[in-house]
Amino acid sequence: MRPEAVAAVSEVNAVAFGNPSGAHRWARAARRLLDDARDVVAEAVGARPSEVVFTSGGTEADNLAIRGVAGATGLRPLCTAVEHHAVIRPVEASGGALVAVAPDGTVDLDALRAELANGPAGVVSVMLANNETGTLNDLAVVAETIAETSPGTVLHTDAVAAAAWLDLPARCAPASLVTVSGHKVGGPKGIGALVVRDGTPFEATLLGGGQEHERRSGTQNVAGAVGFAAALRATVSEREATVARVETMRQRLVRAAREAVPGLVVVSPDEPDRRTAGTVLFGVPGVAREALVFMLDRAGVGASWGSSCASGATEPSHVLAAVGIDRAVAEGALRISLGWCSTDAEVDHFIAVLPGVIADLRREVA
Amino acid sequence: MRVLVMMSGGVDSSVAAALLRDDGHEVVGTTLKLWGGESDSGCCSVSDVDDARRVADRLGIDHHTFNFSEAFDSNVVDPYVADHARNRTPNPCIECNRHVKFDAVDERARLLGFDAVATGHHARIVTRPDGTLRVARGADRAKDQSYVVHVLDQARLARTLFPIGHLAKAEVREIATRMGLRTASKPDSQDVCFITRAQGRGSFLGDRIPLTPGRVVDVEGTRVGEVPAIELVTVGQRRGLGLPGGTDPRYVLDVDPATSTVTVGSKDDLLVSSQRVEDLMWSAEAVTGTVEVQCSAHGRTAPAVVERGDGDGTTATVRWVRPQRRVAPGQSMVFYEGDSVAGGARSC
Repeated sequence: MRPEAVAAVSEVNAVAFGNPSGAHRWARAARRLLDDARDVVAEAVGARPSEVVFTSGGTEADNLAIRGVAGATGLRPLCTAVEHHAVIRPVEASGGALVAVAPDGTVDLDALRAELANGPAGVVSVMLANNETGTLNDLAVVAETIAETSPGTVLHTDAVAAAAWLDLPARCAPASLVTVSGHKVGGPKGIGALVVRDGTPFEATLLGGGQEHERRSGTQNVAGAVGFAAALRATVSEREATVARVETMRQRLVRAAREAVPGLVVVSPDEPDRRTAGTVLFGVPGVAREALVFMLDRAGVGASWGSSCASGATEPSHVLAAVGIDRAVAEGALRISLGWCSTDAEVDHFIAVLPGVIADLRREVA
Repeated sequence: MRVLVMMSGGVDSSVAAALLRDDGHEVVGTTLKLWGGESDSGCCSVSDVDDARRVADRLGIDHHTFNFSEAFDSNVVDPYVADHARNRTPNPCIECNRHVKFDAVDERARLLGFDAVATGHHARIVTRPDGTLRVARGADRAKDQSYVVHVLDQARLARTLFPIGHLAKAEVREIATRMGLRTASKPDSQDVCFITRAQGRGSFLGDRIPLTPGRVVDVEGTRVGEVPAIELVTVGQRRGLGLPGGTDPRYVLDVDPATSTVTVGSKDDLLVSSQRVEDLMWSAEAVTGTVEVQCSAHGRTAPAVVERGDGDGTTATVRWVRPQRRVAPGQSMVFYEGDSVAGGARSC
């Protein structure tokens, strides 16, 4: 976690234990902290404070966006086939459909038009940056396409994987609903937010005490919200410098990996304006992703693959399947994430150990 | 040694990992994700992986989950279904050991630099005077699993460890309790892991292959009843045939898919003097003398001589010393010399 977030969480937990919905002074103290946090999140995403709904994280915010609009409109939701499962599952459960993506990983606008022409939809969910590949969607073009074909349909964007890297107020302006999450910006886990812009058809799914303007009942996670806000504030103020620094490291890492590993496929786009700086997805043909991650773990590198199931077993990536990546390449998927705290020394270490690990895994077992 | 221990989340493999660690090996635990479908036997469930991981934490060893569900589908589940479709009686646990645990996982282990793989099976590995290795019965005869791991050849035996094979089940639980392992009193798993108790085998197969109703006839050809699915009927079966009582017990003698006919008869009608087998394998050298043959996981043994068939050496005839009940096609027959496994085959 970012030190600012750690300090904020500790302080709130130590001093502001009041329930922000209460009427006494301790409640008011907690309420003040929560309101301040809401202001920060609103500014970072480009929304009004009253439009920010704190949730337990990105998954809840995505579910809330899909089910909230589906419930209010009675219309099916749509999303791209490369969304996070936190979007795909509620879309499917609400009777919705998936929209294909182009080979470059961005939403296929013709497919979106065709699906919208197929029947009315309440919400279309298109992620700002893909969590596995970092590939960006241009939401202005998406919103325009929706407006031409189906004017009443609103746009949701899962900006969880984009928040650390992009100017959210500019990028997310075309979306009526925006998901962000704490732990992807160096904040705590278990906190996130959904922006629901005024005028968006929306119905709460968690009912109870009516917190968060009747849009998400339940006593708020004050320490989480304050930690999230502290992390977001630091992220925004350092963003330009972080992106520049990480972009340099990433290019060095990709160049070295390409040289060292014959047959390596870089699935993420090369051009910096088509992707986030911090996420790079490789495909290493002839290597099993579980074996690769195991060996890197032993070598002190924490890498990832596509997505995990609850048991911790790897599942073939639905993102790579949707993008049409060759199965042999997808089998050896390796996701490397860099962030605000990544160092050149860490990149050096990765570059040093990768060739040996791959060579070991590619050798014929006697 | 560097050892990869397969931890199912049960007590046996938990203690196996613990004993290996205490012996000074460098131990890493893995739980295999094998079955992606419905299950109520506990296997492959998230809570079992949790148990395995928590035990590994307690022991201070690394734990990884590996997904071998594709290998499991193609080598265990698909053949299980296909075997039933042609009226054979498969043993999926044996196929899982043959193709997944001691093959695909073992290969992964070698790739990752492990010297050996280990499981919590109640079986032992013994060295013969001539230096060859064999699977031998577990010390706890009631829990003995040598039948399901009989498929290991010399190369595999040399890389495999069964750390709890010398212990009684009660001792295994005692060790787990003493070490404070959360799996100490967890019940044993028994059923086929991918068949739910609630739905059963019939429902599982019915979702995957057409089930054929059949008529049941006696040895004279007189119709005596009917069954909803001949694919679920096994040679030697006595119960569940829907036959009226009041007669001597009747057993399935034969299932003929071509005419959808199940023939039943007396216990004596089941007796045969020999049995043809395929997929013959020996742990090391073929045994020409008398062996004790076991035809189910915990069944009795009977003496026989294995006469090698013509051709590539994978077929044979098992000639019983005294007539024995016919073995259902597809069933594994394991050849023992004393307590150790000399080889095995599948009934034709």
